[in-house]
Amino acid sequence: MTHRVAITGIGLISCHGVGAAETWQALAEGRDPVVDGRTLAPYPIHPAPEIDWSEQIARRGDQRQMEPWQRLGTFCAGLALDDAAIKGEETLTGTMDMIVAAGGGERDVDVDSAILAEAAAGRNDHGMLINEKLTTELRPTLFLAQLSNLLAGNISIVHKVTGSSRTFMGEEGSGMSALATAAARIRAGQSTHALVGGAFNAAHPDMLLSYELVGHLHRGDWAPVLGRSKADGGGMIMGSGAAFLVLEAAEHAHARGARIYAELGAVAADNGDDEAGATTARLGRLAAETGLGEADMVITTPSGAHARTAIEMVFLAETLADTPLRAVTNTTGSLRDCQFPFGVALAALSVHHGACPAATQPGHERPLDGAPSRIGVLTIGCEEAEGVAMVTAATGLTS
Amino acid sequence: MSATTDHLGRPTVAITGAGIVSPLGRGKADNWAALCSGTSGIHMITRFPTAHLRTTIAGTVDFIGPPDTTASELTYALAEAAALEALAEAGLDDGDFAGPLFVAAPPVEVEWPQRLALDAVGARQGGEPGYARMLGAARAGAGTAFVPSARFAAVANRLKRRIGARGLPVTLSTACASGATAIQLGVEAIRRGEATRVVSVGTDGSVNAESLIRFSLLSALSAHNEVPERASRPFSKDRDGFVMAEGAGAFVMEPLAAARARGATVLGIVEGCGEKADDFHRTRSKPDGSPAMAAVRAALDDAGVEPGAIDYINAHGTSTPENDKMECLSLSQVFGEGIGGVPISSNKSMIGHTLTAAGAIEAVFSLLTIRTGTLPPTINHQTPDPALAVDCVPNVARAQAVTRVLSNSFGFGGQNTCLVIAGEPA
Repeated sequence: MTHRVAITGIGLISCHGVGAAETWQALAEGRDPVVDGRTLAPYPIHPAPEIDWSEQIARRGDQRQMEPWQRLGTFCAGLALDDAAIKGEETLTGTMDMIVAAGGGERDVDVDSAILAEAAAGRNDHGMLINEKLTTELRPTLFLAQLSNLLAGNISIVHKVTGSSRTFMGEEGSGMSALATAAARIRAGQSTHALVGGAFNAAHPDMLLSYELVGHLHRGDWAPVLGRSKADGGGMIMGSGAAFLVLEAAEHAHARGARIYAELGAVAADNGDDEAGATTARLGRLAAETGLGEADMVITTPSGAHARTAIEMVFLAETLADTPLRAVTNTTGSLRDCQFPFGVALAALSVHHGACPAATQPGHERPLDGAPSRIGVLTIGCEEAEGVAMVTAATGLTS
Repeated sequence: MSATTDHLGRPTVAITGAGIVSPLGRGKADNWAALCSGTSGIHMITRFPTAHLRTTIAGTVDFIGPPDTTASELTYALAEAAALEALAEAGLDDGDFAGPLFVAAPPVEVEWPQRLALDAVGARQGGEPGYARMLGAARAGAGTAFVPSARFAAVANRLKRRIGARGLPVTLSTACASGATAIQLGVEAIRRGEATRVVSVGTDGSVNAESLIRFSLLSALSAHNEVPERASRPFSKDRDGFVMAEGAGAFVMEPLAAARARGATVLGIVEGCGEKADDFHRTRSKPDGSPAMAAVRAALDDAGVEPGAIDYINAHGTSTPENDKMECLSLSQVFGEGIGGVPISSNKSMIGHTLTAAGAIEAVFSLLTIRTGTLPPTINHQTPDPALAVDCVPNVARAQAVTRVLSNSFGFGGQNTCLVIAGEPA
């Protein structure tokens, strides 16, 4: 028996604000991005907005147990549960499945710097130095605030989502696998309702370091994601944010009278090398599997990394030349693990509102005639992983 | 010939290949011989200095790869060894597997030798030691070799290329339940009809000073350093924590019908998987043990069997005061006092806690228990904990026919995953 998948809850955080409504409003208006060019100069980032954490994480003790990426994610998961009218309904949260796309990290910069300073001052016994410093300086619970699966763990503790808890890792691909797996489980009857998403904190030098190892980051002033110069670095501007979706079998959603934003159709993802145009060939296959050619518009999430963003734009120009696109990372930044769920959430909001995000990049983005009812979501990771999802109007899901 | 669907009409999931690396050695034969003779793989750490550390022992795997390798490299090497052994046993092409791949792997980050190297390069540009300087060095190209250490998908992607797996490989973490979750994801894909063969791997080569210190600061590790091989004492009164270890376990799984159709040897069946998250605390279990109990019940229900059908339990059995008490409490509520006379032993008494790999390694050992009719012992059982009146197969392996095993995996963050593994149906 095959079940159809309804999107019934959305939680979003980006530099544009907190919640699906605020984020949608900003993107629909085409508001300028919020950019912090100072904190991690020369690298601009899109910072998280002001958040009153107690709105979703009631206990201060819980807030203190999390590093910013976990707090963003736990807060955002609460937004999605609230939005779906599931929060606090223990019969629903206690049977709800969860797949979180997570990285980890957020190291203690002071402790790391102290170790590096002693090494720089001439200490050569690095192993001893590391032992000395870490055993005395590390905050014991910091480990848990860094640990990948503890975002999910915190969501269980704070929001009582306990049906199951799985954490997928692997940069942009983790969000693709999380959505694809959660949707496939619902279709096959292995799950009735699931919380899926992730979070990323750009405002930490450790997070930037992993990208700058290969020179991915854009330096200096903000520039549009489809117009960044190689003279200014690698093209990526990271954003702090989070995205969580509540997915439900359509019958499950109807039975509890849930509001349905949209239907999540096919989700497909792959990765591999780029020999002899292999990336473009994979994109062609993913597009065919998901029916991307029939989309009214495409929400795409280019990272800005030059090589793969170029492949993506050529692919879209050659195969979907007549389909309007919105490169939404232009004003949110690149969101790593939660990038794909973020794109899918925006697609659901677009079909729900019968409108699309405003064009913010003339020459690349053009107006859409009429209300979109069938939106393709395309995410291409900055180094690897490609994912496509189809999001269609909820009118197809009548009970 | 028996049915090729299970009690719910789903494709029965056959194990056709299994592979393992642990501190006891490489491959099933060596591992099983050592495990059944009660050999410990725990030793003094030589990989890095241990001065100032409360715990100076571990089950590191030092016989694969160069001695000063990175955690990412070792984690990959372990995964590859286990996966290739499983593929060879399954008789499948290890360069063109053509099915999906699920990899439980430890979280990654730039490693300490790399930070020190970057900062040293950055120092030439001036500035204070720290991240700005490391970023400057990275910008100048000094960090390209470190990329695999900083990519969560690196191990799975490399293994995908090596064995010719298809699709986007899944890299996952459910902490110390990860290996079992990797198997569960593979089982679910087969049941959905998405795949006619899958590889599930749990791997962990991440024992370094910082990971040891992190667990130590949480008071999770044994400090019985004097006699390393005696440190891990699951179910004993004087147990004082787990011993970190490394290794990998892998299964090749197929629908039973497909395995038979191609004439593969069916080693066993994954009959059921169950999970339940705990919302009580980041490192402690709900005092009534209800989430672990729910995971056990879910696995039995998924398998369509009653508790009485379980002949042996492969414990999570970490040797921490908390885990062993909670595991026994939860199991007692399902199986009866003293766990209803069902023998339960802990592989971790010998190999230590292989963390991300543990669920997969212990699933391989569960399979070997069934195939050989031997229960591996819980070693170091000199001082039984009177509060845990269980048959833990103390100290010496036992010959006993086993048709069905429950394998438990529990982890920080409220993770509870259980597998039911059985022999090939008659």
